[in-house]
Amino acid sequence: MMLGPIGFTAPWLLVALAALPILWLILRAVPPAPVRRLFPGVVLLLGLRDDDSVTDRTPWWLLLLRMLAVAAIIIGLAGPVLNPDDPAGREDNGPLLIALDASWASARDWPAKRELLDGMLAEAGRQSRPVAILRLSDPEEPLFQAAEAWRVRLSGLEPLPWAATPDLTEAAIDRLGDEAFETRWFSDGLAHDGRADLLQAFEARGPVSIYESPRPVLALAPARIADGLVQLTATRARFESARDVIVEAHGRDPSGVPRVLATLPLQFTEGALEAQGELSLPAELRARLTHFEIAGQGHAGAISLTDDSLKRREVALIAGREDREGLELLSPLHFLTQALQPTADILDGALTDVLPANPDVIILADVATLSGAEQAALLDWTNKGGLLLRFAGPRLAASDVSRDTEAPLMPVRLRVGGRMVGGAMSWGEPKALAPFSESSPFHGLPIPSDVTVSAQVMAQPDPTLADRVIAQLTDGTPLVTRKRIGDGQVVLFHVTANAEWSSLPLSGLFVQMLERLAVSSSLTAPDAADLEGTIWTPVQVLDGFGRLSDAGTLPGVPGDRLVAEALGPELRPGLYDGPDRRLARNVITAETELTPTTWPARVSVTGLIRPVEAPLGGWLLALALLLLTADILASLALSGRLVPARAALLVMAGLLIPDPGQAQGDDRTLQATSEVVLAHVLTGNGALDEAARAGLFGLGQTLFFRTSVEPAEPIGIDLETDELAFYPLLYWPITPDQPTPSAEAYARLNTYLRTGGMILFDTRDANVAGFGASSPNGTKLKQLAAPLDIPPLERLPEDHVLTRTFYLLQDFPGRHTGRPVWVEAAPPDAEKIEGMPFRNLNDGVTPVVIGGNDWASAWAMDDRLNPMYPVGRGFAGERQRELAYRFGVNLVMHVLTGNYKSDQVHVPALLQRLGQ
Amino acid sequence: MNQPAPLRSRAEAEAARLPPLLARAEHLAGTVLLGEHGRRRSGLGDDFWQYRPVQPGDSRRTIDWRRSARSDMQFVRQREWQIAQSVMLWVDNAASMRFASDDKLPQKSDRARVLALATAILLIRAGERVGMTGQSLPPSRGEPQLRRLTEALGRDGEDDYAAPDTSGLMAHGRALFISDYMADIAPIRAALTEAADRGIQGIVLQILDPAEEAFPYRGRTIFESVGGTLAHETLKANELRDRYLERLAARKDELAALTLATGWQYQCHHTSDSAQSALLWLYGAFERGQLR
Repeated sequence: MMLGPIGFTAPWLLVALAALPILWLILRAVPPAPVRRLFPGVVLLLGLRDDDSVTDRTPWWLLLLRMLAVAAIIIGLAGPVLNPDDPAGREDNGPLLIALDASWASARDWPAKRELLDGMLAEAGRQSRPVAILRLSDPEEPLFQAAEAWRVRLSGLEPLPWAATPDLTEAAIDRLGDEAFETRWFSDGLAHDGRADLLQAFEARGPVSIYESPRPVLALAPARIADGLVQLTATRARFESARDVIVEAHGRDPSGVPRVLATLPLQFTEGALEAQGELSLPAELRARLTHFEIAGQGHAGAISLTDDSLKRREVALIAGREDREGLELLSPLHFLTQALQPTADILDGALTDVLPANPDVIILADVATLSGAEQAALLDWTNKGGLLLRFAGPRLAASDVSRDTEAPLMPVRLRVGGRMVGGAMSWGEPKALAPFSESSPFHGLPIPSDVTVSAQVMAQPDPTLADRVIAQLTDGTPLVTRKRIGDGQVVLFHVTANAEWSSLPLSGLFVQMLERLAVSSSLTAPDAADLEGTIWTPVQVLDGFGRLSDAGTLPGVPGDRLVAEALGPELRPGLYDGPDRRLARNVITAETELTPTTWPARVSVTGLIRPVEAPLGGWLLALALLLLTADILASLALSGRLVPARAALLVMAGLLIPDPGQAQGDDRTLQATSEVVLAHVLTGNGALDEAARAGLFGLGQTLFFRTSVEPAEPIGIDLETDELAFYPLLYWPITPDQPTPSAEAYARLNTYLRTGGMILFDTRDANVAGFGASSPNGTKLKQLAAPLDIPPLERLPEDHVLTRTFYLLQDFPGRHTGRPVWVEAAPPDAEKIEGMPFRNLNDGVTPVVIGGNDWASAWAMDDRLNPMYPVGRGFAGERQRELAYRFGVNLVMHVLTGNYKSDQVHVPALLQRLGQ
Repeated sequence: MNQPAPLRSRAEAEAARLPPLLARAEHLAGTVLLGEHGRRRSGLGDDFWQYRPVQPGDSRRTIDWRRSARSDMQFVRQREWQIAQSVMLWVDNAASMRFASDDKLPQKSDRARVLALATAILLIRAGERVGMTGQSLPPSRGEPQLRRLTEALGRDGEDDYAAPDTSGLMAHGRALFISDYMADIAPIRAALTEAADRGIQGIVLQILDPAEEAFPYRGRTIFESVGGTLAHETLKANELRDRYLERLAARKDELAALTLATGWQYQCHHTSDSAQSALLWLYGAFERGQLR
């Protein structure tokens, strides 16, 4: 039975709903439970009789609550199910072909697809349908077999890092056979060539349904370098709303650990297919990049491997002579700098300074002689793979370098003087360049006709000369020679690097030659023609999920195919090593466009998620339980046995379990800030801390009764952890064994003292207010107070404001009497007015009061406000205690009122100053 | 109610609003002790009271020669007789007092203790001696006594209802009985008459909760005493209201008649009213007591 999307497994139980009205009548007649009440006047009630007994009615809302509970139970037991799987829908026992695109684009939703596939296979297994699975990116003959056999192999089924090419699609169509079957096609959401043919082929053999994730496919195009910035472009297949993605630049950190080096947020604006962004990375960082990736995508199309094209080579330029001021175009380095600047990082400096930086290339322009150490270092560097590029010039021509024997850092021997052609004083025309031979690295470069050479250094004919020439003039004289040294090489241009000897540096050919020599890296990706005839070996390859793995024994790929051909089983995306560089072949190239699939209206397309069948019975029964609980509470409330506050407390306790630690700290802060709180320093000595607490409690009570200061409970302060700023007064009893605070604690104590706090030091031994070193407490006080920022002290003078803030006092006894108390000294220039010096510092409040009278013990009260410690004897003792309280009151008043009381003392003087 | 400290501070707060109460002793016998205030008659004391002519029987030593030399008669210098009076408190600490019909109202016992202690503070400030009936606390004066009173008042009793305890009452002293007087009337009557027989002037303060005065209950109810010893079930509590109020009025009348007969003073105080008004009345009651 179905009611909208809800079906019932046992619909006949619903008949019981008809019994509800009867239940209503029964329930409403029950008298309420008696209410128990405490009532002292019950004595007067004894013996009184009721006139008649009356039943009361249950309130209608309680009845309704119970009805609802019963109805929920009945419906819950009837077994309602939301979105029931209708088993009648798919009754087909024919063979089933499951076609998977299995391309990189389907890798992202692969787990969902696999789950759906698993469900399908299980269902097919129940219906005992033969199943075949066809991966369109790697088509094989469909093999119909039991679904269970496929389920076992399901975990091994993975997407491949390429998409179905027309060839592969054709192969798949060829292998379908003639048998009729139902097709379920898991599409990756991207249009590939040959889709329509394949769909026709499937439809010819039976019904087709398409499964396709509605989530858009994102891809990352290869990074490009423009103006020194890395340009990144993400593309998507469908026009959709605005979306933010994050592109991560992965690489190795200096210790070689792979990590994300930078991130770049990109935003697809609404309706845009592309999102572009630029990333500025230092050259060092860029050299360590391995790949870019759109975060959270997890397929090969969202990964763009980087190769040498991103790396900028470091080139050190060293000229043989100093630049002459004002003749920049004549500078030997000017044209080199211009040619290299866009593509390479140029290092300047002396040779010995540059070498430790290990540049890729060192260019010596017209440098003839090198010191021994320089030469050795340079030779060593070249041996290790450096490229030393030398240009000739007047100095080289005039020197004896490589004259008789070949210098280690010269490719050839040179003849004396060189030659000049086509000048005013010489015969002949300036010479042009001859076409490059096949063995030359410059092979294939077009030679502009206007490049001429008018002067050059000449190579001595040697047996090795022919091998070393890589460019020559039309008359056969070498123009560029090269010699390999270890892993590196030395290349000599027989002309100058400026336009003095030839027009070569002015031409585009110069830049191309430098590029071929790998002095500079090219800005454009190589095309097929460039790479023809080269073989590239894969180093690392990507799988469909975008994971890099070692290429292993995969065969090499010809260069032209590497660049031009579409990816497939023979050409996997990954990193390829070539003759002198490394190339990355990415799934997405700069030309790749993502187009979404378009299916004809006749085929059904569903998402990857099927509506899950949800039994509702449990929920309804739970609801019934909740209602019954509410009924219990309501019944209790009706009979007066439920204290509302307690119920609320229970509910709250169920809802909130606060973090006790946090709450405690907050409580303390709240308590300390919402009222005046006296604080004492915890010394670690339990008895002493308790005495200090009781003392401050007693003082607080005294303040409460006598003054408008109404302090809360005192607080013990741990100097290491607690915030001090909340407390106006710190009582610090001294004991020889208390720990010395840490440096941080002292820093906070000093802040506290400077910002108006007061510490009352109490040595409690009655004899060291004079502070001889005799007592251990005094010694400890000295030690404790040494790092504190305490101003000069003086004995509490008779005119000090502390003697008159509330009571007029001349003695400050605690349990001990008579010892002097020390406070901040009045400034030496304090003007005495009527015998009372002004004290302006710190708002007139002394930051410390030091004494030894054990005030806390005199103040201490227990919870019943009885004094805890004896003071003196008899009435004299009580008087002494009273004075101790008065001292405490004065002290707190002094702290809290600041200079107000001080000003009060000086009112006559102030009025006089005001001229009244 | 085992928190003497707040009890005392609140009592101090109540007491702070009234001027010191100077009770005057009417009866000299029995409890004569020297106090700080004069009794307006001659006796043993420090302050000058009057000169009177010498009468037969006066010792010659008592003649004030300076005064006598100014006239032809001999005068005797009399000093004012200073005494302190003993005031005994009895505060019902039975379970029935620990009742409040609403969270916002104080318990009856709480109100009773505050009033008793406030009165005690006034009396002690005035130099009187205050104690508790029973054997617990003999009358004494001074701050320490206040502390002891506070402690003694803080004790809760076990019984459900209690009648005044007349043991330890000093003859011709004064007494203050505070209770809800819900207990059996016979012991109350006995206690009051016995106290009156011993020449004691006293005050009966009845403290009731507003719910006891109004009986705002309805429906099926089981009423229980606070101690749990008594219970009464009714199906319609509102039906009982009138009859309950009659009985309560009868109890009040009986108390009033009793105090009238014994020369005491009676007042009923509700916990919903301010404690200040009750204390004012007590102050006045002690004043009135002096006039008799």
